[in-house]
Amino acid sequence: MSNLSETFQRVRSGQRAALIGYLTAGDPDAETSYRILDAACSAGLDILELGIPFSDPTADGPVIQRASKRAIASGMTLAKGLEMVQRLRQKHSLPVIIFSYYNPILSMGAETFVRRALAAGADGVLAVDLPSENAAEIMSCVPQSSAFSFIRLIAPTTDSQRRKIILSKADGFVYIVSRHGVTGGGSIDWPVLAKDLEAMRQDTSAPLAVGFGVSTEDDVQRASSIADGVIIGSAFQKLVEADPAAAAENVAALIQTFRQRLKK
Amino acid sequence: MTLLPDNNGFFGEFGGTYVGETLMSPLNEVKTAAEQALQDPSFWQDYRNLLKDYTGRPSPVYFAERLSEFAGAGIYLKREDLNHTGSHKINNTIGQALLAKRMGKTCLIAETGAGQHGVAAATVAALFGLRCKVFMGKEDIRRQQPNVVRMKLLGAKVESVDSGTGTLKDAMNEALRYWSSVTADTFYVVGTVAGPHPYPYIVREFQKIIGEEARQQILEQTGQLPDSVVAAVGGGSNAMGIFYAFLNDTHVELIGVEAAGKGLATGEHAASLNGGRLGVLHGTKSMLLQDEHGQIREAYSISAGLDYPGIGPEHAYLHQTKRARYETVTDDEAVSAFQMLCRYEGILPALESSHALAQTIKEAADRSADKEKTFLVCLSGRGDKDIQHICDTLNL
Repeated sequence: MSNLSETFQRVRSGQRAALIGYLTAGDPDAETSYRILDAACSAGLDILELGIPFSDPTADGPVIQRASKRAIASGMTLAKGLEMVQRLRQKHSLPVIIFSYYNPILSMGAETFVRRALAAGADGVLAVDLPSENAAEIMSCVPQSSAFSFIRLIAPTTDSQRRKIILSKADGFVYIVSRHGVTGGGSIDWPVLAKDLEAMRQDTSAPLAVGFGVSTEDDVQRASSIADGVIIGSAFQKLVEADPAAAAENVAALIQTFRQRLKK
Repeated sequence: MTLLPDNNGFFGEFGGTYVGETLMSPLNEVKTAAEQALQDPSFWQDYRNLLKDYTGRPSPVYFAERLSEFAGAGIYLKREDLNHTGSHKINNTIGQALLAKRMGKTCLIAETGAGQHGVAAATVAALFGLRCKVFMGKEDIRRQQPNVVRMKLLGAKVESVDSGTGTLKDAMNEALRYWSSVTADTFYVVGTVAGPHPYPYIVREFQKIIGEEARQQILEQTGQLPDSVVAAVGGGSNAMGIFYAFLNDTHVELIGVEAAGKGLATGEHAASLNGGRLGVLHGTKSMLLQDEHGQIREAYSISAGLDYPGIGPEHAYLHQTKRARYETVTDDEAVSAFQMLCRYEGILPALESSHALAQTIKEAADRSADKEKTFLVCLSGRGDKDIQHICDTLNL
């Protein structure tokens, strides 16, 4: 059983949702970023999405745009991000998903990327602008014996036919985009989202995780009452931006706060 | 030649739909609506009527006699500069606005660099009574004030984009972000043969009229096809527009001209085919200016319309299959061709089109052929928008 499946099974048996955290690698610099990630993993993240910065993050709001810019300026690359995974692996066993736009992966070469990601101990990839139907561009390079998931997304705009296809191919978990637009703050229509998730469960038994605009304790509680996973990104990244030196501590504290709200 | 793109929007290995999930279904809707519209004779009739009565098509093909004599070749200019709004961009925005209306959308958004596409989008929004928002880099707003004023007069809202270097690439990033929050009532009018499928396809379909007219016009005037067809390429819409009708005329050479900026060796250029490699940006897989880690590099050209780090996927395909040849022209060469057309023909060309002229003059000077060659050049736009820039460059 893969690390991801085990994690979801474990949190399910604990009657709670998984806390999934996104953090941009290399923001504001590699060393500070490592300390933040290390603290976040120790504080109780269930799954880490390690963001690889890209120069043109068209699916991201201002917070992650600025984080990406700082990270690139500090010299972060996909190769260095994978080294960071390897370093985290020496202390932490939680699943790590490489969260990137497709171009850095294409530039490295999908085969090299998969080989290095597996060697570093990563559990999967979420390539924002590589849609479900093009998954093979990366996944054809994954050896059959390896557990490496391609995380697919479903958005509020995804039509019903497409939704069924994506759910039928679910691998690891499905990232449910909670609202229109880009990452970061914005209001979520919870009743609609709850109904959508219920409908999706008819088509899949895979874990469903909710993200985009989940930022407050209330959001976390609401999301965890309807989903198997809650994804937080910009809320953590804001803490990094506000005070990089204290970010490890502050992100860890916020994770602990969110963990309290995950109980069903 | 097989009909491209394929059903998934690929021209060989280039093209496709590389966007976040939020935009996948909206793009499919555009694709379905476009496929229906492009098979509907009444849609094309509306398009042609507007191009004739509103835009002033067909644009003439003009034999540039004095320039030809100077250059030592027969040079024919396809006068897209004479269109309403001053460039070829209006052909595409009329087509896409008709499509938007057919889909029941009430708002248009567009990205713009030099402002030509923004003005063309704002123009059709006014024409059809649609709301319009144009995303434009902060730096381009500063450089292209007259076009900003034109868009405002036409009733469009100009959104200043502050991220990145505040140029075309950043404007397109922001347009995509904004679109993902408003797809229900908003149509994204992409300005060139790039972006996710179906845009490279539909923009070509709305621009191919350039080549269809020009092919017939030059046959009428000279009794034969030209030796070469030359056009500048940024994203590549005027070039695809004029090339497309000649793709099967395999003895007609197609020459695309990229902006070499300050020279390919300086790194300050916009030559995605001659200086880039395979990548994915703004929804399409094509040739891109990027660093070794896959971060997109800033493009540079004196011409804001060519100042883009990518290129339409169909050009990448024509380049790879060698059906078209892609050359480069520097800022200085373009400016000198600009001046030459002013003095020899009394025409102020856009700086974009000046790149195509410069390459034509270079090729004409090559006397290795035993007879004078004929060139059909796409004069994609007029140069009024560039006057201030040229004045500063030449200290006039």
